[in-house]
Amino acid sequence: MSGRSVAPTTRWILRSNGAIVLAFLYAPIILLAIYSFSGSRIPGEWGGFTTEWYARLFDDSRIQKTIGVSVRVALVSTVIATVLGTMSALALERFKFRGRRVFDALLYLPIIIPDVTMAVMMLMFFTQAFDLVDLLFGLGLSKGFATIVVSHVAFNIAFVSVVVRARIAGMDATLEQAAADLYANRWQAFRYITLPLIAPGVLGGALLAITLSLDDVVVTQFVAGPGSTTLPVYVFSLIRKGVTPTINAVSVIMLLASLTLVAGSVALQRANAVRGRINSE
Amino acid sequence: MTVLPDADVLETALGEAERREEAAQRRRGLILALPSFAYMILFFAVPLVIVLVYSFATRTSTGSTSLSDWNLDAYRKLGEPIVRNVVIRSIVLALITTVLCLVIAYPFAYFCATRSVTVRNLLLVAVMIPFWTNFLVRNYAWRLLLSSGGPISSFTESIGLGPTEILFTKTAVVIGLVYAYLPFMILPLFASIDRLDWRLVEASRDLYASGPASFRKVVLPLTMPGVIAGSILVFVPSMGAYVTPELLGGGKETLLGSYIVTQFLTARNWPVGASLSFVLMSVMLVSTIIYFRAGGKNL
Amino acid sequence: MTNRFRRTRRLMPLAVLPLLSLAACGGGDDSSAAGDCEAGQVDGDLYLYNWSEYMDPELLEAFAADYGIEVIEDNYDSNEAMQPIVAAGNSGYDVIVPSDYMVSIMIEEGSIQPLNQAAIPNLSNLDPNFVKPDYDPTGEYTAAYQWGTTGIGVDLTVMGEDTPRTWGLIFDPELAANFDGRMTLLNDPRETLGAALKYLGYSLNSTSESELEEAKQLIVDAVPRIKAFDSDQYDELLASGETLVSHGYSGNMLYGIIELDNADDYTYFVPDEGGTIWTDNMAIPFDAPHPCTAHTFINFILDAENGAALTNWNLYASPNAASEPFIDAEVLENEIIYPSDTSKLEYIQNTGDFETNYSDAFSEAKG
Repeated sequence: MSGRSVAPTTRWILRSNGAIVLAFLYAPIILLAIYSFSGSRIPGEWGGFTTEWYARLFDDSRIQKTIGVSVRVALVSTVIATVLGTMSALALERFKFRGRRVFDALLYLPIIIPDVTMAVMMLMFFTQAFDLVDLLFGLGLSKGFATIVVSHVAFNIAFVSVVVRARIAGMDATLEQAAADLYANRWQAFRYITLPLIAPGVLGGALLAITLSLDDVVVTQFVAGPGSTTLPVYVFSLIRKGVTPTINAVSVIMLLASLTLVAGSVALQRANAVRGRINSE
Repeated sequence: MTVLPDADVLETALGEAERREEAAQRRRGLILALPSFAYMILFFAVPLVIVLVYSFATRTSTGSTSLSDWNLDAYRKLGEPIVRNVVIRSIVLALITTVLCLVIAYPFAYFCATRSVTVRNLLLVAVMIPFWTNFLVRNYAWRLLLSSGGPISSFTESIGLGPTEILFTKTAVVIGLVYAYLPFMILPLFASIDRLDWRLVEASRDLYASGPASFRKVVLPLTMPGVIAGSILVFVPSMGAYVTPELLGGGKETLLGSYIVTQFLTARNWPVGASLSFVLMSVMLVSTIIYFRAGGKNL
Repeated sequence: MTNRFRRTRRLMPLAVLPLLSLAACGGGDDSSAAGDCEAGQVDGDLYLYNWSEYMDPELLEAFAADYGIEVIEDNYDSNEAMQPIVAAGNSGYDVIVPSDYMVSIMIEEGSIQPLNQAAIPNLSNLDPNFVKPDYDPTGEYTAAYQWGTTGIGVDLTVMGEDTPRTWGLIFDPELAANFDGRMTLLNDPRETLGAALKYLGYSLNSTSESELEEAKQLIVDAVPRIKAFDSDQYDELLASGETLVSHGYSGNMLYGIIELDNADDYTYFVPDEGGTIWTDNMAIPFDAPHPCTAHTFINFILDAENGAALTNWNLYASPNAASEPFIDAEVLENEIIYPSDTSKLEYIQNTGDFETNYSDAFSEAKG
């Protein structure tokens, strides 16, 4: 552990940088939380305290519906992308196989492609693919939840894979090999050795995937079907008329919901850790 | 002399086993990669072919795309000075954003990685949570923060520095982009600092004695994969960003992202939008490969 | 008979997935025959694709209740974002609301289908000016929804009540000095170059390269005086005092200033040199899944009282002549909503290949 100990000045710099980063990240969030209670429709003008926007939110079935779609899309696409992305990262970092370079390059393209280009290409792709399916199998498919998830996974695999690879890269492979020799079962070696080692990278990749999915407007707008609008697409369509404080209220509620989730999982982790300690004693 | 054939046999047998093991490894790698490989080919590479096809097509007078006339007009258009200016401006902006993100994120990721597991997980999630609000809403919040009547301006005025007019300037764009992409830098940096072998750092401290030297010669090289991954994840989207520059910069300068969006959604000139995207992607891919090679990694 | 439209859609797949050329001949499965729709008939739920905050939710509820169906509304923020989604086919929408120039484009590309006028008896309620507009010369494809203008919102506290009604407030260096750095222009090539063209006395549909060059130069000179190019928040920037002059659309500007305590300090006008008039129109996509419901809905909106309710709600002018008696007097008399002189106003038209000149000129002007 002594390698981690640093000079007092360095420690002071690290700590204050940490505080500044957090302040930077939360300043706009705090501001929008404050204005979600403002009585004035004009942004930046304090119109007295009100909970009107929250009341409106609870009456607004359309916003609620778009939040529902957004959350479902984010969860489903993140799970799929995290599994696929982690598998690709392992394959690329730990194995040599035919087509590796092509696969590697292909996995960078979703990061590089401009949003709007991907949006247009997915729209044309689904249109033509559905025509083809209709022709071959007589199935009339239409755009909606599934097409949004497919598109989000298509860009998220790449992001998850990059983050996980940053974790695996240069990581000592001898442990895994030793484990493989010991357990004989590859799944066990993965489950008990590799996965715990790469877990922080997987968590980071999943967090990034959720964020990207919750934020995507352009691609979603082009591949959504009628009635499957997500929250960001809905908000985007509103900007012509001004982002009302209702949208601020939505943000605050989503923030509270995610904080609750996080607090819950931390509590769960703690409980598990305690149980683990008791069991081992 | 009689021993040699035996050694040969042994060697052949060993080579055989090695080859078999290697073949098995290759097979396992392929199996592991196959699901995502297939997915990416079907849902990314095939659609991408459409973009490629469009880049050789012609814009009709109604703004749709005609595939009956194949030509390179859309690529020729990329030689115009406006495109060159836009590209140079965007590269400079993306570089500034990437460097700032790196400088801010590295110590933060280092700080996170040296905390206890619970604290570090909390910190990581704390970094991401602001981004689970809507990105447009975040941009509008920055508009409020930076506007001439906003909190920052009021603060500088109250301490006698006079009001600040940051909104609709380049500074505002840089602040907005650094804000938007900071987590993209923090996550991979954290992932690679966290798996640092601290024994090496300790050994280096014994050797070099000074903290900065050991950082420069041991910590930084070992965490280079994170630096590279983070830089790409920040640089690339900064090149294509358009909502933040439009909202915080007031759209007074044309950047690459907004130029591409303009081609698709205002001029309705899909061939030019497609050709520009294609050239952009090719250049980025090639430079990423070079960057990785330089960083001692293969792509 | 919607097959005619489908075939044009198939042009694009041909090159990419050659198999599909078969589909153009084989796909005769369309059951939706709008020609058979009768007035008041519904054939399913209504999927409406409209601009945001443009439709009174109570009207939608009334329509749903009257006909025992559901209404699902999605929104778009620009014609250009809506058009490719509808044109690609299989969009799932029954009614869309494109603006004038986009109507002419969508007619030419076969993205919208002719209306069965027999199923829309309320078409006769439309003001004659909106019956056969230039963008839909036969009047077959669309029914006007709402109309408005593009002009400038001004903070009157700077130059007083007799602020000159001219684009010179932005483009004349001396006049503009009054508002230095506190102005916004729309982030839209046709609207902003159009304003400059109008200031110069040209048509905003000019296809002369030299006229466009002059207009571009005006924008180049104006950029240092401009706070931002903004198509979304200009009304709020004006209302919050961040800007003093804002280029924008009539209804939005009104919406931004009408509820202010000091609403009298602001006004909106189309400068005397002239400006843009626009009309948004109801149309039915070529492959609408429920064309009869779509016709019935268009008829419902064209009803005199419903049309009035719409205008009273969204504060844009109604093309529905029969609805006038039901529109609030203060709305009808509001010069911002219903300008008395429309002679200098022009529709933006599709200039064909020249469109790219506009977009390039605008990008170049911004630098």
